[in-house]
Amino acid sequence: MPEITMLEAIRQALFEEMDRDPAVVAIGEDIGVYGGAFKATEGLLARFGHERVIDTPISETAIVGAACGMSYLGLRPVAEMQFIDFIACCFNQVTNFVAKSHYRCGAPVPMVLRGPSGGGVHGGPFHSANPEMYFVHTPGLKVVYPSTAYDAKGLLKSAIRDNNPVLFFEHKFLYRRIKEEVPAGDYTVPIGKAVVRRQGSDLTIVSYAAMAHVALEAAATLAKDGIEADVIDLRTLLPLDSETILASVKNTNRLLIVHEDTRTGGIAGEIAAIVCESAFEHLDAPIARVTALDTPVPYSPPLEERFLPNAEKVVAAARELAKY
Amino acid sequence: MSNQKMTPALTHDQKLDLYYFMQLNRQLEDRLVRLFRQNKIVGGVYSSLGQEAVSVGTSYALEPRDWLAPMIRNIGALLVKGFKPRDIFTQHMAKFTSPTHGKDGTSHFGDLKVRHVVSPISMLGDLIPVMTGVAMAGRYLGQNIVAMTWIGDGGTSTGAFHEGLNLAAQQRAPFVLIVENNQWAYSTPVARQVPIKNLADRAAAYGIASKIVDGNNVVAVYETTKTAVDECRAGRGPILIEVKTMRMKGHAQHDPAEYVPKAMFDYWKAQDPIARYESYLTEHNLWDPKKKSEIDARIEHELDADQKFAEESPLPPAETAEQGVYCEGCHTIEAEWRRPKQDVMPPASSEVAVWKVADFGAFVKTQAVATQHGNRPGHAPRHEPVLSAEKKESISGDEVAGPTGKNQPATGDVAAQVPLRVPFGRGPKDRSVELERRDKVAERPPRHNKPPHKRRRR
Ligand SMILES: Cc1ncc(C[n+]2csc(CCOP(=O)(O)OP(=O)(O)O)c2C)c(N)n1
Ligand SMILES: [Mg+2]
Repeated sequence: MPEITMLEAIRQALFEEMDRDPAVVAIGEDIGVYGGAFKATEGLLARFGHERVIDTPISETAIVGAACGMSYLGLRPVAEMQFIDFIACCFNQVTNFVAKSHYRCGAPVPMVLRGPSGGGVHGGPFHSANPEMYFVHTPGLKVVYPSTAYDAKGLLKSAIRDNNPVLFFEHKFLYRRIKEEVPAGDYTVPIGKAVVRRQGSDLTIVSYAAMAHVALEAAATLAKDGIEADVIDLRTLLPLDSETILASVKNTNRLLIVHEDTRTGGIAGEIAAIVCESAFEHLDAPIARVTALDTPVPYSPPLEERFLPNAEKVVAAARELAKY
Repeated sequence: MSNQKMTPALTHDQKLDLYYFMQLNRQLEDRLVRLFRQNKIVGGVYSSLGQEAVSVGTSYALEPRDWLAPMIRNIGALLVKGFKPRDIFTQHMAKFTSPTHGKDGTSHFGDLKVRHVVSPISMLGDLIPVMTGVAMAGRYLGQNIVAMTWIGDGGTSTGAFHEGLNLAAQQRAPFVLIVENNQWAYSTPVARQVPIKNLADRAAAYGIASKIVDGNNVVAVYETTKTAVDECRAGRGPILIEVKTMRMKGHAQHDPAEYVPKAMFDYWKAQDPIARYESYLTEHNLWDPKKKSEIDARIEHELDADQKFAEESPLPPAETAEQGVYCEGCHTIEAEWRRPKQDVMPPASSEVAVWKVADFGAFVKTQAVATQHGNRPGHAPRHEPVLSAEKKESISGDEVAGPTGKNQPATGDVAAQVPLRVPFGRGPKDRSVELERRDKVAERPPRHNKPPHKRRRR
């Protein structure tokens, strides 16, 4: 099996899905001739033509609106946000039109909205955001945020085949930094299922996307001190796989949640609530979280470093938990 | 647009149909007002009194295969598309028997499969990009459909209006946009919304054709729209039609519209679309009092039955609130292909991925004097021709090769190395930066030819 980047895995998923099903079309800014700002759609136009790979004006609302309209005729559009930060420009289309469509009038919207997200690349306040929680708070959407190339490919295929609108976050820090063996052929990874990346019985670390790697790095350090962490990679944020989280916490009795999203209103709060509701008696320690600061993402490297969680911060928090 | 003589004349029956739908529209809303006063309506009632010719005349120009999305004052269009008064009654009364089973109210419902109606949302303007997508998908699937929606004078000020119409224009989508200028947006007169007299003028900015029509003359509305629909179907869309009309009530039932000058109401009352059409039918000997009372009686009868049905219908069981957020297999999603799928699959779909640049965009002296209608209907020069049989020509071309003129891999060969360029987060040690630096020294292409990706930018 060839080793490929996460970016390549995403591109592969798009190619294979478009090859499989003529109802799959791609729409976005600079995705055709140019191949996308990050080249995730490179080569799509050459193979599938401009009817299926649609370069649009700079109009996020129109991109999402048109994708929604196309899906009403049974197409499965994959819309790209050049950077996920620009999803703010089409918030209304996503949360009011797309998300509510099935509930309020029985019209399914089988579209995918994907784009590069996340920090660690000095993109500054407008090219680094993790806006997933706006959408996790929006019933009707599914929100997927993979951390590996294998998952990215399998989850994107699942997203395209899903009858519901799926927001697919691609952490741009991971795009070219991770390489792994990914099967060249068809496979899917189910939406809504977390995965245990490392097994341990001393504490549970729940994370996703780039922070899943940070959590694993921290777990390796902790293991040297004899602290064994169960590391869960959520992969999907909505619907959330509470089962996997609860099963782990019931075993480890300690929970640490790590996310790159800002602290207040991040998914850590939601997970903490679920665990308090359903596994309170299993907890031996308060639930801890390591998150980004409650600020916009700053530009300058020392500022962004301060802003982001890292393995050291996770290790420190885990050691505190282990004391209980 | 081609001349109106091309429009096939309405048959006698169709002319009576127009009356039927307008009167049904009016009487239905009249009953909604009464029900509202009896506290039987859960939400608001947004009257289209005086605008019936718009909803009916425009939608009547569509064929069953065509798609529409109503705005709040387009109940008449829903009736023309085949929805029944009971659908409107039950929607307003939030009954379990309503098309949305009580999940949404008013004209917020649709039917993708049979009637091809998209349910609107309250946020003004958002239907324009959505219906553009409908039009694009219809063309892609070879269905030869036209998509239509309405927007109020006030709604033309939204960003979604601009984004949607611009995309529709750029795509040459078979899309008809009816700008329903009823002079008021809630309490704000149109002159306070926009500093132009005719909203149709906006079409020029998008390089699309437009028409203005007397919105209280149902035949004129129909004929203008029919021509536009035919034009769009022939690939010459999108088209914007401004209909001049008047909202004869407040924004909704709660609003007495005291801000509207009485003289303005008086003026427009004399223009009542149904009264005018009745005179038209009489003057042209298209009916007699007997025929009129027959139609009126039929309307009364239908409304009686459907109102009764709605009033006797139950409210939804509370537990259904939890159902239907997601499609969990309740829908089968399948596109209706009216062209061979192979057309859009490789190898037929493959093309050379370069831009065809028609001109270099330099300043030309004649442009110094901005012409008011400089880019009227003929359409601005485009970088892609209309999608047609010669689609392969579209973005391939031999004039000026774009940045990727070197030819991209024509297959999904994932092993092909993608250039290491990340728009953000590359440092001076990144390979991409190094390569770029080397390229710059090596090439130094003439300024105007410099491929865009080599220009400095942030
Ligand atoms: C984006 C948005 N902003 C505000 C509103 C609230 N609102 C509903 S209708 C309306 C006036 C609309 O006027 P117009 O577009 O002229 O349509 P009309 O009511 O005259 O048919 C307003 C402000 C809304 N629905 N959507
Ligand atoms: Mg208005």
